[in-house]
Amino acid sequence: MDAPATYLNWNFILISIPNVVVILGMVVVFILALFAPFPSHTDAVPVDDDNE
Amino acid sequence: MSSGSAPKSEPSSWTLSLRRFLQRSLPLKHLLPDRQPVFVGSWVYIFGVVAIAGLIWVVGSGVVLALFGPQWWHQSGVGRFVNSLHLWSVQVFFIFMVLHLWGQYFMASWRDGRAKTWMIGVVIFAFSIVTAFTGFISQQNFDGQWIAVNAKDATNSAGIGSFFNVLNFGQMYGLHIALLPMLIGTLVGVHVLMVRMKGVVKPIDKPTVIQPAAQPSNEEPAS
Repeated sequence: MDAPATYLNWNFILISIPNVVVILGMVVVFILALFAPFPSHTDAVPVDDDNE
Repeated sequence: MSSGSAPKSEPSSWTLSLRRFLQRSLPLKHLLPDRQPVFVGSWVYIFGVVAIAGLIWVVGSGVVLALFGPQWWHQSGVGRFVNSLHLWSVQVFFIFMVLHLWGQYFMASWRDGRAKTWMIGVVIFAFSIVTAFTGFISQQNFDGQWIAVNAKDATNSAGIGSFFNVLNFGQMYGLHIALLPMLIGTLVGVHVLMVRMKGVVKPIDKPTVIQPAAQPSNEEPAS
């Protein structure tokens, strides 16, 4: 835990493995949020009847 | 001699103008809605709420740290726990703020008069980075000193070293626990209020104004 992180180096890009893991995790959570079913409410208003 | 037939005008004042503005733009139905459009039923809309929950934990744990001080947060078990709580709630805050940003970017949430809401979010993001930076400097350990010494060169090369002295603990700590949190808290409140005022932006494939097809008829079109 108290050691320097391993870094990935490709051309001008230099990033630590922990940062890559966090970013990939965020991408996974984002994709899951797009497609995972959301508990629906029966009292939701139609699209054209929102509080515009 | 006319006998007062002109319409009686109300005296104008800042109070009256403000009251009318609030009544017009913030009716309670919008401020505390009990129903949302169907497209809000997606996990993408949860990101902003989780970011706010993270911010509440950040502020709460930060208040405890400020009350007890550096020796407590470095040397006692409970202090180290609250210190970690402060750090990890910041991670939650930033991760979900960025996920919220991605979601709002891809749905182009600045549409239909919501540019100010978007820009306030941008400012919140920028000030959050500065707040986190001053927090890392305020740790009161070798890590904080190392970051401050390196940041000194960065701020000097960027031309802002004459305004902010990152080696001045009092200045950095004051910014971190007073000025910047008040600013971010206020801006987050305004951000949420503006979302309430304007409502959630409609999906891109749902046009805001649906133009009815022109019909060869003499009837008045329904408004």
